[in-house]
Amino acid sequence: MKKIELVIDGQSVSVAPGTTVLEAARMVGIYIPTLCHDPHLEPYGACRLCIVRIDGMRGLPTSCTTPVQQNMSVVTEDEEITRVRRGIVELALADHPSDCLTCVKSDECELRRVASYLGVEKKSLEHLHKRTHVADLDTSNPAFDFDRNKCVLCGICVRVCKEMVGLGAIDLCGRGYETRVSTFAGKQWSDTICQSCGECVEHCPTGALTPKRAVIPQREVKTLCPFCGVGCSIYAGVRGNRIVRVRGDRDNPVSMGGLCVKGRFGYDFVNHPDRLTTPLIRKEGVPRSAGLAQNVSVEDIFSPADWDEALSVAAAGLEEILDAEGADALAVLSSAKCTNEDNYLIQKFARAALHTNNVDHCARLCHASTVAAAIESFGDGAMSNSVSDIAEAEAIFIIGSNTTECHPIIARRLKQNIRRNGARLIVADPRRTELAGIAEKHLSHRPGTDVALLNAMMNWIVECGLHDHRFIDERCEGFTPFLENLKEYDPDRAALITGVRADDIREAAELFARAASAVIIYGMGITQHTTGVDNVKSVANLLMLTGNMGRKGTGFSPLRGQNNVQGACDMGALPTVYPGYQRIDDPEVRARFTTAWGIGLNDRNGLALTDMITAADRGTLHGMYIIGENPLMSEPHLEHTRTAITKLRFLAVQDIFPTETALLADVILPATCFAETTGTFTNTERRIQMVRRALNPPGSARPDWHIISDLSCRLGYPMSYPDSSAIMDEIARLTPIYGGISHRRLQRPDGLQWPCWDSRHPGTPRLHEHRFTRGRGKFYAVSYKPPAEIPSTDFPLMLTTGRVLEHFHTGSMSRRSRVLESLKPQGHLDMCGEDARIIGVQADEFILVSSPRGKITVKVRIDNNVPRGTVFMAFHWKESPANVLTNSAVDPVARIPEYKVSSVLVTKAAHVPPQAEKTIH
Amino acid sequence: MEVKILSAKFGIENAHLLEVAKQHGAYQTLDKLFSMTPEQVIDEVKNSGLRGRGGAGFPAGVKWSFLPKGLDKPVYLTVNSDESEPATFKDRHILVKDPHMLIEGIIICCYAIGCHHAYIYIRGEYTTQVRALQRAIDEAYEAGYLGETVAGHEFQLDVTVHRGAGAYICGEETALLESIEGKKGQPRSKPPFPAVVGLYDSPTIINNVQTIASLPYIIWEGADAYKQYGTERSPGTHLFGISGHVNKPGMYELPLGLPLLEVIDTVAGGVWKGRSLKGVIPGGSSTPVLTPEEVKTVTLDYESMAAHKTMFGSGGIVVLDETVDIVELVKNLIDFYHHESCGQCTPCREGLGWMLKIVEKILAGNGSVADIDLLRELCDNIEMKTVCVLSAACTMPVRSYLNKFRHEFEAYVADTAS
Ligand SMILES: Cc1cc2nc3c(=O)[nH]c(=O)nc-3n(C[C@H](O)[C@H](O)[C@H](O)COP(=O)(O)O)c2cc1C
Ligand code: SF4
Ligand code: SF4
Ligand code: SF4
Ligand code: FES
Repeated sequence: MKKIELVIDGQSVSVAPGTTVLEAARMVGIYIPTLCHDPHLEPYGACRLCIVRIDGMRGLPTSCTTPVQQNMSVVTEDEEITRVRRGIVELALADHPSDCLTCVKSDECELRRVASYLGVEKKSLEHLHKRTHVADLDTSNPAFDFDRNKCVLCGICVRVCKEMVGLGAIDLCGRGYETRVSTFAGKQWSDTICQSCGECVEHCPTGALTPKRAVIPQREVKTLCPFCGVGCSIYAGVRGNRIVRVRGDRDNPVSMGGLCVKGRFGYDFVNHPDRLTTPLIRKEGVPRSAGLAQNVSVEDIFSPADWDEALSVAAAGLEEILDAEGADALAVLSSAKCTNEDNYLIQKFARAALHTNNVDHCARLCHASTVAAAIESFGDGAMSNSVSDIAEAEAIFIIGSNTTECHPIIARRLKQNIRRNGARLIVADPRRTELAGIAEKHLSHRPGTDVALLNAMMNWIVECGLHDHRFIDERCEGFTPFLENLKEYDPDRAALITGVRADDIREAAELFARAASAVIIYGMGITQHTTGVDNVKSVANLLMLTGNMGRKGTGFSPLRGQNNVQGACDMGALPTVYPGYQRIDDPEVRARFTTAWGIGLNDRNGLALTDMITAADRGTLHGMYIIGENPLMSEPHLEHTRTAITKLRFLAVQDIFPTETALLADVILPATCFAETTGTFTNTERRIQMVRRALNPPGSARPDWHIISDLSCRLGYPMSYPDSSAIMDEIARLTPIYGGISHRRLQRPDGLQWPCWDSRHPGTPRLHEHRFTRGRGKFYAVSYKPPAEIPSTDFPLMLTTGRVLEHFHTGSMSRRSRVLESLKPQGHLDMCGEDARIIGVQADEFILVSSPRGKITVKVRIDNNVPRGTVFMAFHWKESPANVLTNSAVDPVARIPEYKVSSVLVTKAAHVPPQAEKTIH
Repeated sequence: MEVKILSAKFGIENAHLLEVAKQHGAYQTLDKLFSMTPEQVIDEVKNSGLRGRGGAGFPAGVKWSFLPKGLDKPVYLTVNSDESEPATFKDRHILVKDPHMLIEGIIICCYAIGCHHAYIYIRGEYTTQVRALQRAIDEAYEAGYLGETVAGHEFQLDVTVHRGAGAYICGEETALLESIEGKKGQPRSKPPFPAVVGLYDSPTIINNVQTIASLPYIIWEGADAYKQYGTERSPGTHLFGISGHVNKPGMYELPLGLPLLEVIDTVAGGVWKGRSLKGVIPGGSSTPVLTPEEVKTVTLDYESMAAHKTMFGSGGIVVLDETVDIVELVKNLIDFYHHESCGQCTPCREGLGWMLKIVEKILAGNGSVADIDLLRELCDNIEMKTVCVLSAACTMPVRSYLNKFRHEFEAYVADTAS
């Protein structure tokens, strides 16, 4: 692009077209005071401080809104400009409280900065007379306070919420002198649609919006948010041994500086008094089942021990079973919360030290079907594109993902794409999620009918001739049998199965197929079914049918749940593959690992997590080593899981908190959390990024890889690494897709996306660009099968489960965060008003929910976004664990349970359980 | 002195009804219109010298020719019927007495600029006017003057009435666009100008009701006929609203260029109660005041007003007799603009508030000479330093009162001193 030349204060400047005069001036180091400008927002031009003089232009134009023009000549400061600017700041200050010394904004206040730059005179301030009226503070939000008296009405907060967050929770209300930042109808901040992301707080230039308990950090450490799989990079502000503030990293290509409520305010779990600080050994004579009782304390069951003792107990427990029952009587659960380095070592420990392939982790419960199906369709089990493709697609189809709550920052990028580029959105979800509400088409299909819906869309696309013949011919195979199978799924027939009007299916299909570039985003609404693999293959079929793979703005986008679930899969914490999805049943591969690890390896496929539980129940699995996972909350049919785990002869748990599962252990080993360790996480778009140690571990807690090395040594398979970077070097040697990864290379702000074959390879933002990893993309003929459990007269409602924005998984971290817990202290079952009326229950009343597997008591919330006949629950609260109810039936291939469909009965609760009102803290 | 071009049908009973209006020539221009090319229409309007009647007086045909060509976006016309400037009451007569003249004008403008969907943004308080206008539009649709075709000609045109919610600022053209888009009525920074990026990001022409209503005459009678009225650079006629201390206040259609004093004395019956004149606000509250001396020489056209450092504005003439307290008037004026500021610009939002406080202080007898100077200084710091000219609509007249009637301010201050 041709540059534009201009002169600012006598300096020649050359910038890209579209740059504003303000940006151009800043590029050459000329300071122009501003109050309402924010580089992340569209030009606004309201505070009028940034005025300049431009030859040939009338008056004093605002530099923040004026685009540069060829040969422009700009003066940024002269007597008149300074006088006007000073006048403006004086006006802005005239009403402002003068408690700067005690204001938490302190040195970071933009108003103070411009005031001192312009030299505001005390005399003129006095002349304007101080305002006597003082507005009340809004302290209702648990994360931040709003002090209207300090607001300069720059509108940044309002624009941030609208333009960046895509929400519009606040606006400038009233006119003239009465203008104020206000929530809808002036309600308390906490009573609004605000998602407490704190983005407005971070961008506010004054002390008007400030975090509660604000503390200015001593130093900042660049690391990663430990919550979801989006992988936002953060600056953790540290004071003493605490994280006191967190801000987004504006150089990060995924988040571009954004964060959600968890990523900004959810860090106090790190310093929570419940953190495990010393190894614990079950007290002599206390039975395992003691840990199942309500309200037991850790001290009742365990006594503290030193590392030597605890590691001996762990080693002895494992060895006993190894000797008596053989290697396959043991299983290891690795963790999607741990780093790649930890995961690599954990699966190596299972395979080399314990000689078993019984190693798995929670991907089994979220995206096992994705990995299985996408490898068959495309050859790679991961998201094919980058988040930036979602931000550039012309059409976006979301199916089975409540993206706003589960992947908030991706939802933002998507909304920005709609707002800025007019991207078109289709959402298929039984519930009317936030995104369904803004979508052009919302298909509210019955839970578990995804295959019928997708096949019908494809049927119509073919019917209209909108499929991409060339792409299919040149890049794919298996089209004929697939096409044959589609014939049965005309939209009229699918309407009967899915409950979606045939015309809606047709319109959505056309909208998707006509877009020049389109992505499909999906989440656990697709994967957590007994037909999970079928569902994913159908998604793959639709993308190939319309040629939406391997190009900008296209792709296959499963959104991974946990911060490092992609990495844990990549590292081979799975029962059938070594790191990099190299199959253990391939003798050549096995030989390579045998040589590298210097020990003979078991050639039998291991057990999947769901099968481990069954094996424990049947008495064929005797010992488990569980790291950073909490099956006692996360497995379906919890009663069965509890019984099974209680039957184990030996259980060791390595974690940061005494979870429900840890309370059943023989020995608990305290590990570090993300803030106390160094390593890497791989996000949902295969981006490997650095996690950096910011704090010292609490007590004697140790990094996971360190504990595993020590234990391995005791079991006669010595491991020794000076640090986690040495582990990454070993990973790179043995894992072709990570071949070029090293901690040294990952110092760059954007990390590297696998495959990254060697130390010079730039990484791969988009898979399958010219050919699919497996050669040709493969179409599969997929038939619709109903869910395993359908409503009956005894259990007439369909329960579907999921997550909420404020909490994370089994709540072990988020429920120990003051802000997150205050926002959502209690579980609830959501049902529509009409169903509630029929059952005769009122909002906020306690109800009894029973399924063929168990009962729980929980509050009901009336939510008309849930369709009739369906109810929704999130699974975070141990006081009302949704997984007591869910069905443990699994997908035959991926072994993933059908969390999304089970049948329940809802009745009025006879009595209110005491713990239901209590919150843990 | 009065003429009847725009107001030709005002005296006719039920001329707001299509049937009656048609008997008196409504929609007669359409056949002629569609026999012309859009370019010819624009040229005819340019040639007539018609200037915008919303206040700024920008030549209408020239504005239309700013529309970018060859964009694949729709073009919109929005007719500004917000009429909220104090002392302005002209458009309301058209809306109630001859709405079909406006609709015919809309058809002409839309044909010229290639617009197929016009919006009429109408002041929220104008309930009678909205009813009359909507009824006329319904009739026009019914009779085939609007809709798929226009009077049988291959031209599709829809007209939507959008009611405001009581904010003066929504008469400012870009705030008006925001308001139609469903947002808070807040002016946009310019450039880009609406002719390039307007309603829904598309090229948009905004014209005043009276501007548009002048078109049927120009097309039917021709530009030359129109130019017979008025002066060379201010051709045509204008609906003047004369109010204040005169014997016969009211709305009068006059050719441009008449001497102001004569108009006051003859058309409006002279200053009431035999009192003498203190000053005249020539074109709505936002225009700088004229002293009796100036009133003697000024004529009612754009050039003469500019020569007297004031503006023709919206044609709302307010006559002030000798009893008027200028400081009270200024307070009233600032109070209005301060209340109506949209609140986005610091100088306007805060500055007008402080100006009001200062005048109130002076009025209460607590002011000083420094306060009078501060008022002036605030005017300088605010004017033309904001997103829109609402702030200037306040500071320009205030400055004129400070200049021309400083002694009245000083009298309040002097009282304090003694
Ligand atoms: C604060 C403010 C209020 C305005 N109110 C009106 C109004 O009520 N009616 C109107 O026609 N123009 C009003 N204008 C002028 C419009 O912005 C615009 O210039 C006019 O509608 C253009 O039409 P014209 O060229 O036909 O005059 C206002 C301008 C400002 C700054
Ligand atoms: S916290 Fe986030 S959602 Fe709430 S108002 Fe601020 S930007 Fe909007
Ligand atoms: S709260 Fe802060 S960001 Fe919002 S308008 Fe006020 S000063 Fe600006
Ligand atoms: S000058 Fe006043 S009314 Fe105009 S945009 Fe600024 S604040 Fe709003
Ligand atoms: S920074 Fe340009 S107007 Fe505020």
